[in-house]
Amino acid sequence: MPSGVPPECVVCREIVFVGTTCCSAVAARGFRILEIRSQGLAKLGAMPQIFRHSTNALAKVSIFGAIFILLAALWAAAELHRSSWNTGQWVERQQPIQFSHKHHTGDDGIDCRYCHTSVETAASAGMPSTETCMNCHKQIWADSPYLEPVRASFRTGKPIEWIRVHDLPDYSYFNHSIHVNKGVGCSTCHGRIDQMPIAFQASTLQMEWCLGCHRNPEKFVRPADRIFDMEWRPENRTSEHVAEGRSLLSKYQIQKSEVLTSCSTCHR
Amino acid sequence: MANEPYTEGPIHTTVPVVGPDLTFVSVTDKISSLVLKRKTPLWWFIGFAVSFLLVQLLLLTITHLVFTGIGIWGNNVPIGWAFDIINFVWWIGIGHAGTLISAILLLLRQQWRTSINRFAEAMTLFAVASAGLFPLLHAGRPWLLYWMFPYPNTMGIWPQFRSPLMWDVFAISTYGTVSALFWFIGLIPDFATLRDRARSKPFQIIYGMLAMGWRGSARHWHRYEMAYLLLAGLATPLVLSVHTIVSLDFAAGVIPGWHATIFPPYFVAGAIYAGFAMVLVLTIPLRKFYGLEDFITMRHIENMAKVMLATGLIVAYGYIMEAFFGWYSGNIYERFMIYNRMTGPYKWFYWSLILCNVLAPQIIWFKRFRRNLVVLFVLSIVVSIGMWLERFVIIVTSLHRDFLPSSWGMYSPTVWDFSMFLGTIGLFFALLFLFIRFLPIISIFEMRTILPEAELEED
Repeated sequence: MPSGVPPECVVCREIVFVGTTCCSAVAARGFRILEIRSQGLAKLGAMPQIFRHSTNALAKVSIFGAIFILLAALWAAAELHRSSWNTGQWVERQQPIQFSHKHHTGDDGIDCRYCHTSVETAASAGMPSTETCMNCHKQIWADSPYLEPVRASFRTGKPIEWIRVHDLPDYSYFNHSIHVNKGVGCSTCHGRIDQMPIAFQASTLQMEWCLGCHRNPEKFVRPADRIFDMEWRPENRTSEHVAEGRSLLSKYQIQKSEVLTSCSTCHR
Repeated sequence: MANEPYTEGPIHTTVPVVGPDLTFVSVTDKISSLVLKRKTPLWWFIGFAVSFLLVQLLLLTITHLVFTGIGIWGNNVPIGWAFDIINFVWWIGIGHAGTLISAILLLLRQQWRTSINRFAEAMTLFAVASAGLFPLLHAGRPWLLYWMFPYPNTMGIWPQFRSPLMWDVFAISTYGTVSALFWFIGLIPDFATLRDRARSKPFQIIYGMLAMGWRGSARHWHRYEMAYLLLAGLATPLVLSVHTIVSLDFAAGVIPGWHATIFPPYFVAGAIYAGFAMVLVLTIPLRKFYGLEDFITMRHIENMAKVMLATGLIVAYGYIMEAFFGWYSGNIYERFMIYNRMTGPYKWFYWSLILCNVLAPQIIWFKRFRRNLVVLFVLSIVVSIGMWLERFVIIVTSLHRDFLPSSWGMYSPTVWDFSMFLGTIGLFFALLFLFIRFLPIISIFEMRTILPEAELEED
């Protein structure tokens, strides 16, 4: 075979390489592969291959790799979206004043409502005015340098600019009073605030977290006298516990879960 | 027999599907040389340039749309659906001919499909690509479109599985995937031919990678035939299901003129009708310019015209039934709907639709017109326009006069509606031009199997 001339199959004149066979037309004529080999390619010279032999392995790996990389990327995206990097959960927020919930609530036993006065009556739980702080701090720690911003605010009348810890998006409607009055305690959403020296967001605040309770409120509601109890934990271990939750639902007249999970309940 | 001109002889004798002088060598040479050897013709550059300009128009429109919102379109309450859905249904319908030709005709062993299936499948893919843009952009925030897919999201909810729009997402994405796979698998042996014939190294590598190591061994062919047949089986129900689901977008609604059980078959027939019209629009000039008369013979053209006539008659039956149901229902809204279609403010659209889709195709009954390429080409364009008008009539006339006269309105498209539509036409043709330049437009290896030379000699 003269070099430079591409080898051709003797049957159909296709250009072929070593190890190749021919087309379906040849197969349709009743030839079997072995016959083509012996008739055609036995006479042909070699021509360099385009790809090296290792390309086969590479191709196979890349097909499987593509699937696994795709799945891994999807998994990573799902994890990242739920991570505290995205949700802000567990991230402590530094405030203009070193205010410790642990000290005030946990150690001193001050009721939540002493500062968050509108929690039972309004959508917002309310942030305390500087005067509320000064009720005590006129007497206690009155000269502490830590509290100078509070005193400055008291003198000038300019409110302290607290950093919001729980920031719900504006497209979701949330009302503290309905929750507090119908058996949802502070710690259900805000966690053990009595143990937090610096407050952080205890929940993801993602929609699936909201729906977790709106779909099964009987697992989370508590008696009216335990709302501000930091130590209350839902117990759903036995059928009695669940029955108690159900009876609380009817006591509070909490609507069916179809209503609680209707789009316009939260997105108004 | 093989040397007689196929046009002569009694009609019931078997006429060969392809020209009489083709051999294995000439088929391979001819089709692969279009891609590898022949100089790119001037008309290709002109055609591609025009379509590419329209693609720029599409990109401009999409950019403006994303930055401004879908208020740039003319649709607004009460006509919430207009050009976007009309064009979506129109494009999706066009795609159906490709799947019908490639899958159903394969299973029915219609040999004449071989010359046109590759081309029609490409048309399907590009039509689906054009179609998909419309619902994607109508959603307003296309970057959130993944919300339509059921995945374990942080919102803790699933999409609304009871909505036909949801089914659309599955129908169209399945359709796109299966069509692409079917097309690609069918191309593999031809990629190998191109790889082996390409002279330049880059083309050898590109076609070689696409050929995925095809050597044409008996084992390869065995697996190939099996895979192709299985995919044909998978694609076959899609011909019916996709447009059925598209029709349910309307039929599941209670709007007069939409809420009818005839919609699924009527839409499927309309889709195949529009699709064959588009195949003819594309095939007639292409076979002329590339000199493919031996491959795509008058028999193909006639067969396609006949399919068009048959589906056109089904569609005409649909129109008659729509009018009949309107009257027979005894429902004042339905009666008003059909009366309003025929005599209301959009009556010209309705009567043009009847002219384009019902009256004009009747000339296919005559062999003289059926075999006249110019007549058939013009007729196919008329049918394409008619099918667009059909969707306009169904969507706009039903929405603009619904139950409450206080909420009646009129629709007129804006310049952005037109630019979006023209842009997708540009996208479709740009992709098509790239396809005919870089891929074999006719399946080389399948053509070889239908040649007289490939007939088995009985011992």
